[in-house]
Amino acid sequence: MESWRPRSEKWLLLAPALLILSAITLWPLAQTLWLSFTDAEITAVKQPIHWIGFDNYVYALTDPDFQDALSRTLYFTIVSVGLETVIGVAVALLLNLEFKGRTFARMLIVLPWALPNIVNAMMWRLIYHPEYGALNALLVQTGILSDYRSWLGEPGLALHMVIFADVWKNFPLIAFVALAALQTIPRELFEAARVEGAGAWHQFKAIVLSAIIGPVLVIVILRTVEAFRVFDIIYVMTRGGPADSTKTASFFVYQEYFSYLRAGSGASYAAIVAAISAVLIAIYLGAVRRQAKAAA
Amino acid sequence: MHFKILAATALASLVGLSAPAFADTQLNALFMSQAAYSEADVKAMTADFEKANPGVKVNVEFVPYEALHDKIVAAAGAGDRGYDVILYDVIWPAEFVKKGFLKDVTDKVPAADHDKIFDGAWTTVTYDSKVYGMPWILDTKYLYYNKDILAKAGISAPPKTWAELESQAEQIKAKGLVKYPIVWSWQQAEALICDFTTLTSAYGGSFLKDGKPAFQTGGAVEAVKYMRETLDKGVTNPSSREYLEEDVRKVFSNGEAAFALNWTYMYALANDPKQSKVAGQVGIEPAPGVDGISKASAVNGSMGLGIASNSAHPDEAWKYVTFLSSKDVQDKYAKLSLPIWKASYTEPAVTQGQEYLVKAADVSLGLMFLRPAVPYYTELSNILQKNIHAALLGEDTPQAALDAAAARAARLR
Repeated sequence: MESWRPRSEKWLLLAPALLILSAITLWPLAQTLWLSFTDAEITAVKQPIHWIGFDNYVYALTDPDFQDALSRTLYFTIVSVGLETVIGVAVALLLNLEFKGRTFARMLIVLPWALPNIVNAMMWRLIYHPEYGALNALLVQTGILSDYRSWLGEPGLALHMVIFADVWKNFPLIAFVALAALQTIPRELFEAARVEGAGAWHQFKAIVLSAIIGPVLVIVILRTVEAFRVFDIIYVMTRGGPADSTKTASFFVYQEYFSYLRAGSGASYAAIVAAISAVLIAIYLGAVRRQAKAAA
Repeated sequence: MHFKILAATALASLVGLSAPAFADTQLNALFMSQAAYSEADVKAMTADFEKANPGVKVNVEFVPYEALHDKIVAAAGAGDRGYDVILYDVIWPAEFVKKGFLKDVTDKVPAADHDKIFDGAWTTVTYDSKVYGMPWILDTKYLYYNKDILAKAGISAPPKTWAELESQAEQIKAKGLVKYPIVWSWQQAEALICDFTTLTSAYGGSFLKDGKPAFQTGGAVEAVKYMRETLDKGVTNPSSREYLEEDVRKVFSNGEAAFALNWTYMYALANDPKQSKVAGQVGIEPAPGVDGISKASAVNGSMGLGIASNSAHPDEAWKYVTFLSSKDVQDKYAKLSLPIWKASYTEPAVTQGQEYLVKAADVSLGLMFLRPAVPYYTELSNILQKNIHAALLGEDTPQAALDAAAARAARLR
């Protein structure tokens, strides 16, 4: 497209937007980054801050506990978002069918997503309670389990119970976006495909998948970044236990900053988490772009 | 852009600053919402204070113990719009003083008061021989037992040693009176360290020696071995590993445990028929000892009231602190938290109805074992919590877990 304005004028028009954007996003980011190269601490009295180069990063990246936390967070993210996507799309396909009470079912499915994170976490904490929780009562009364279990007290189990609570809350978002996309598909398209002799799988791939993949990918990106910085559900349900088995990277940042009062070091942990999030976003954006190209 | 923000903040702070000129002095105070004094008690004390001091209004806020430390820190970093009065744990003065969060009130404490208050209470608010507030909650963990269950098991006296506790628990389990006789607060949290400290003191162990970890040898290892053994034998409720104090209280009050380790406040609440099925059957003793090493054991779990160093009203804040910790107020609310004053323990208002608690306190308060008073305590504690937890979950042996904790603690900076 031919530009009708001189170059400088274009920048002038953009300037206010760029200024606001840099003030609200770049400035805090730059400050955190600067902090991560210092030995700043949280104190009530003013203390000199020293530039210490990459010390914080070296300390963070050589800490085996933090390495564990990073891979744990990655696991949480992949399993959580993966399950949410599969369940979300499956539910959307179901809700797209004609059946009695469909509106009610659609309304019902939005409930988990409408709950605040903290409320969801507290609710599941109660459900999982070893003595009074609904889950133990249900499984024992139906004979599936012979004995009460300590759902959040066993290392291998606790993380998966947290993942389950997180999936339950977040799959509706993906379901809704997928459902909205499904409803844009004209019925005639399926008929035309059938007439041309396409099988069910082929129809699904050519029509359904191509219609929902774009919007769903956008939500998956959003959820991935959210899942990677998971904090509130962990804080309420397990506080990182048992034996650190649910301690995520964000919980580390929080502890470094507010429990150990090391602002500089905490900022370096935060920067590492942000950098990994950025890589994840880049991967997805690449996928979206490929998707758009394929569709064109 | 920046100018606008500055102007807005300046305006806001002007409005904020001018408010006290028209209205009363407002104090913000931070308390915790579990164990020791109840929220209702603190509110009632505060109302009495406001009545006695017209012109001073106190906004009280409650957070769970687990959030208390971080809330204090976040507010201290936020400047002078934070709290005036803060409740803090015995393990924090070193860190808080070093970071400048607390006001030094050494000169304000009347010299005469020093001998009237228990030494263990003073250590709560003292660092480097300076005083940073008034002790307010004098507390340690006691051994609670269910008299009915013990009687049914044919046990005539509560245990005096930890080994005896274990064998009595086995006896109770064998008779099928309860599935898991002992319940503890062993979530990966400070509560776990309090139980660990009690046991460590019984076994004659220590945390540090010359500033270096010493918990990987001696009594501390025995303590974790004991914890693990009671789990392996099925006498400790395995869910203890995700319990805090309030869970312990509920399980014990429900009649599902014969023994429990908990703070003072459980005595009154477990004896309250409105929220306990075992009211009237609750026995209390000092935490047991170990043959040849100790007669009883106790952890110093006291807490103090301090003035935030950035408080705009330190004088009113000090008035409030001294009011809350005064003997009269403490005697009046002695049901959930015993007073810091030695003289209180002969007052009928304090002893009536809780003779057994006072009798146990008589032994325990003199034995209270201190967790190390070092500025990096929070981090040291987190390292211990994680590794002890791993041992309790069977992922590591007690020795290996404490060795790992000692190695990790060496990385502290």
